[in-house]
Amino acid sequence: MKLSELPHSQTKSANFAVDKPVVSGEILSGAEILCRALKTEGTEFVFGYPGGAVLAIYDEIYKQDAFKHILVRHEQAAVHAADAYSRSTGRAGVALVTSGPGVTNAVTGIATAYMDSIPMVIITGQVPTYAIGQDAFQECDTVGITRPCVKHNFLVKDVADLAITLKKAFYIATTGRPGPVVVDIPKDVSMAKTPYHYPGSVEMRSYRPLTKGHSGQIRKAMQMLLDAERPMIYIGGGAILGDASSQVTELVRLLGYPCTNTLMGLGAYPSSDKQFLGMLGMHGTVEANMAMQNCDVLFAVGARFDDRVIGNPEHFNAGNPTRKIIHIDIDPSSISKRVKVDVPIVGGIKDVMIDLLAQLKAAEQKPNKIAAWWKQIEAWRGKNCMRYKMSDTIIKPQYVVQKLHEVTKGDAIVTSDVGQHQMWAAQYYGFEKPRRWINSGGLGTMGVGLPYAMGCKLAFPELDVACITGEGSIQMNIQELSTCKQYDIPLKVILLNNRYLGMVRQWQEFFHGNRHSESYMDALPDFTKLAEAYGHVGMKIEKPGDVEGALKDAFAMKDRLVFLNFVTDQTENVFPMVPGGKGISEMILAEDL
Amino acid sequence: MRHILSLLIENEAGALSRVAGLFSARGYNIESLTVAPTEDATLSRMTIVTSGSADVIEQITKQVNKLIDIVKIVDLNEGKHVERELMLVKCRAVGKDREEIKRTADIFRARIIDLTEKTYVIELTGTGDKLDAFLEALDRALILETVRTGACGLGRGEWVIKV
Repeated sequence: MKLSELPHSQTKSANFAVDKPVVSGEILSGAEILCRALKTEGTEFVFGYPGGAVLAIYDEIYKQDAFKHILVRHEQAAVHAADAYSRSTGRAGVALVTSGPGVTNAVTGIATAYMDSIPMVIITGQVPTYAIGQDAFQECDTVGITRPCVKHNFLVKDVADLAITLKKAFYIATTGRPGPVVVDIPKDVSMAKTPYHYPGSVEMRSYRPLTKGHSGQIRKAMQMLLDAERPMIYIGGGAILGDASSQVTELVRLLGYPCTNTLMGLGAYPSSDKQFLGMLGMHGTVEANMAMQNCDVLFAVGARFDDRVIGNPEHFNAGNPTRKIIHIDIDPSSISKRVKVDVPIVGGIKDVMIDLLAQLKAAEQKPNKIAAWWKQIEAWRGKNCMRYKMSDTIIKPQYVVQKLHEVTKGDAIVTSDVGQHQMWAAQYYGFEKPRRWINSGGLGTMGVGLPYAMGCKLAFPELDVACITGEGSIQMNIQELSTCKQYDIPLKVILLNNRYLGMVRQWQEFFHGNRHSESYMDALPDFTKLAEAYGHVGMKIEKPGDVEGALKDAFAMKDRLVFLNFVTDQTENVFPMVPGGKGISEMILAEDL
Repeated sequence: MRHILSLLIENEAGALSRVAGLFSARGYNIESLTVAPTEDATLSRMTIVTSGSADVIEQITKQVNKLIDIVKIVDLNEGKHVERELMLVKCRAVGKDREEIKRTADIFRARIIDLTEKTYVIELTGTGDKLDAFLEALDRALILETVRTGACGLGRGEWVIKV
């Protein structure tokens, strides 16, 4: 099947609502109801893997053409691919797995989506209701196993409850702080029949997410921002999840204040803009981290003061006890969790931003006290902390990422795995738009990169999709090269191969006496041959002079998956770096060593 | 500091384990937890006694409230409230101890709800402190077993927690 034959809508509207109830009154099986519900919810792709408990569901999938099923090679990849579909489009991703091992394999994917608040519905098969609790073949307590890593989950014991449960699942997944929802469907429920009625909307007395922010709090925030002398705007993944990038960008420009994006927020504010200080955090820039530490008013937008972002909260507070913090978040539990906040605003980022912008535009006072602050920031920026030593003989990983940016004109969707390559991708690609940088920020799951790229390329066949990965991570889901062959998914794999588990090796170098305990990847496969064995194009690039040409050649092959194995400097480290447990102004820079 | 949290939750399978799981996953204390359906059979009322700093209690309240099945959560310490706990105590009751235990029970307004030639089962309700005091008043050697429900509570006066 070619990509062009797949169902696809050009414009992806975020979290569209279907308000008209579908009442057909037909007597349908649970499996038919599921397929109808997915169609009504506008599902384009279901990523999945069949098995005993979901056979009836797969039989119905065979008979329909409303959505396309993508057969992965491992259930973990199904969930990752559906997750990436969601991250890139803003719509709920859908995965389908069988009971028992299908579920346990999916758990890593579910936990990954949960940590990054990704709206997903995961349908899991279950043994028949009469066999539950009997230690049946391929039985596991799906609701129990997934409970701590889902926004919510359901076990459907009666087919009459299936339609309303699916509606609730999509509603819960896509509203409030989004997240994955599991619907566990026993085999007999998928086969039992009932009259079909799919509700247009659901009301839940126990779940009523807020979107509007409190106007008094917003006014307080505005005044605090206008009075600031050393302001800093700290933008997280919530700005992207809430589709508020354009409002946030407008606000930052209106104020003329410096800003930073978190790892999850990259692309929310364009990285080429002068007001952007780069990413902050453990591997953030000097200017972003110093501005965070030294500002007098910190405006946090859909961010959660994560340990990889502000380091040790005690150092963060002690270094600047008078700093005032404004925090907008849709989830009240994110506010004042790690750092005490002065002006909390609970609400959807977009709604709050619209209100705040309106108040700012109407205000007579204009921000004008920050010239000295910008001077200070430019001094920090002058340290040029992202410099690295080029080499004529050995490929520097940062250079590959920079060249990738050039060759793709900064317009590709870039997915990554987890480790050094992830940080270099985040630091050097330069994201201009939201939903172009797809990575596992919270859980830090190695192996997401390739299935993420699959999900993105299926959602946006017209865009270049590159998976920046390492030789450790890529081998955690490399079987998906086979899925890419089956569905002709012409993504590009950018392997930064340093023959080490690089981030582990870096920490061992800094904190464990340079003892490389189990961080060396011996016996690597010949990746060129491996790519070819799966029916793709493989390339090995060993000289810096060949990097650009290889990338151009690869992206010129529009309809082929190209696996580029860049043999990179084994000793390169990620800088700047804040050691664990330190404050964010306590950075190690490349030049210090 | 000790806090008593009162929750209205959907009376659905697994709702209890969602709450209990959250406490263990995030490392919060549970001193006691008690739950049963309310007069509206679709709702259960849960009372959790926990402890922690004001920040921790605030986080607990927010995190519990985030669970989809939770309709309402209130910290009863925020206002005046009453709380009660039920305890059953089985004692060895022979010879002169029989009369002595009966007298102590009367003082605490406890009731003997089961008796044999050798044992009593005593029922007592009150605050946790009162229950503790009763146990201390009894001769330790005579106590065969005890069971306590954990506290449940309501706000005083017009303060009502409803959907």
